[in-house]
Amino acid sequence: MSMILIENLNKCFGPKEVLKNMDLSLASGQIVGLVGPNGSGKTTLLKILAGLTSDYTGNIRIGGQPLGVETKAMVSYLPEKTYVSDWMRCVDAIDYFNDFYSDFDRIKAMEMLAQLRLDPKQRIKTMSKGMQEKLQLTLVMGRQARVYLLDEPIGGVDPATRSVILDAVLKQYSEDSLMIFATHLIADVERIFDRVIFLGFGEIKLHDEVDKIREKYGKSVDEVFREVFSCLVSL
Amino acid sequence: MIEEFDDKTPIYLQLVNIFKMSIANGTWPIGGRVDTVRDLAIQYQVNPNTVQRSLSELERENLVFSERTSGRYITKDAGVVREIRTNLAAKKISEYAEQMSLLGFGSDEILAMTARYLSEGNIGG
Repeated sequence: MSMILIENLNKCFGPKEVLKNMDLSLASGQIVGLVGPNGSGKTTLLKILAGLTSDYTGNIRIGGQPLGVETKAMVSYLPEKTYVSDWMRCVDAIDYFNDFYSDFDRIKAMEMLAQLRLDPKQRIKTMSKGMQEKLQLTLVMGRQARVYLLDEPIGGVDPATRSVILDAVLKQYSEDSLMIFATHLIADVERIFDRVIFLGFGEIKLHDEVDKIREKYGKSVDEVFREVFSCLVSL
Repeated sequence: MIEEFDDKTPIYLQLVNIFKMSIANGTWPIGGRVDTVRDLAIQYQVNPNTVQRSLSELERENLVFSERTSGRYITKDAGVVREIRTNLAAKKISEYAEQMSLLGFGSDEILAMTARYLSEGNIGG
């Protein structure tokens, strides 16, 4: 049974078609890369799945349920922009999530804060961008969700932090959950994906397992991506 | 340091070679326990299903076997380990010999230069 099922999804912002006739079925127990240039519709797709945008047409099911309160409880979403109130300290944000989500594991989250070398008592507004991203990742991974939607988790962080984030994603992997990792930085990340979806101008241009792409094309996913999208851009 | 993979070949196949190397040189000791899929995935920063696939391939080749409840173990057969070591060495030697001959060196020269390098640390003038 698919964990995420999308049938004929269409989403417009005014006259602009942002997602077009999308069909997609994804099972649990995978880390899926959602890759595409900026503006291809990745964030829009993730927001729809996270239940934050309801103005679309098509059929979407998460864990067999239509989008709503039940699916929001199953989905843990890491947005591109940090959204935690900056007057809070790290531990306040953790307590807030702990109150709000029944699947939140406070002990695990506090351990993760320590591993990421964040001070629980530090005020968010005094934290660097990289530190805020690590905190947000902790909040998202502290939940025992069925679906994790990560929007550009490694964008704008240094290589050491990137490595720490990728380790956290791999530690979080389970056969019972599905992780979708949206990024435009494929090269160093494709190795953690089971499969990738190439999104271009709101359409799925390619969807296959990473190793199958390498076998078929004799190239890395990153190289295939560049070829596919340079064709599209020059049209 | 995170292992670098080449771009061209499937990652699971590259992992199979890396693991075979570990078995050949004893980093993965004969009869020893193989780390869990999760630990290996984190160690090599690779997808867990890819690790699983590589380990299944090693099982297929009888280099590793599964104990139903306690996990995976490296073969206890020293002969098998010797064989992988020999096969990996043969591959390296044939690549080396071919590249040296592409440089225009004959067999006698290759032998002499190699012997000199191994005993003195340089190949002379």
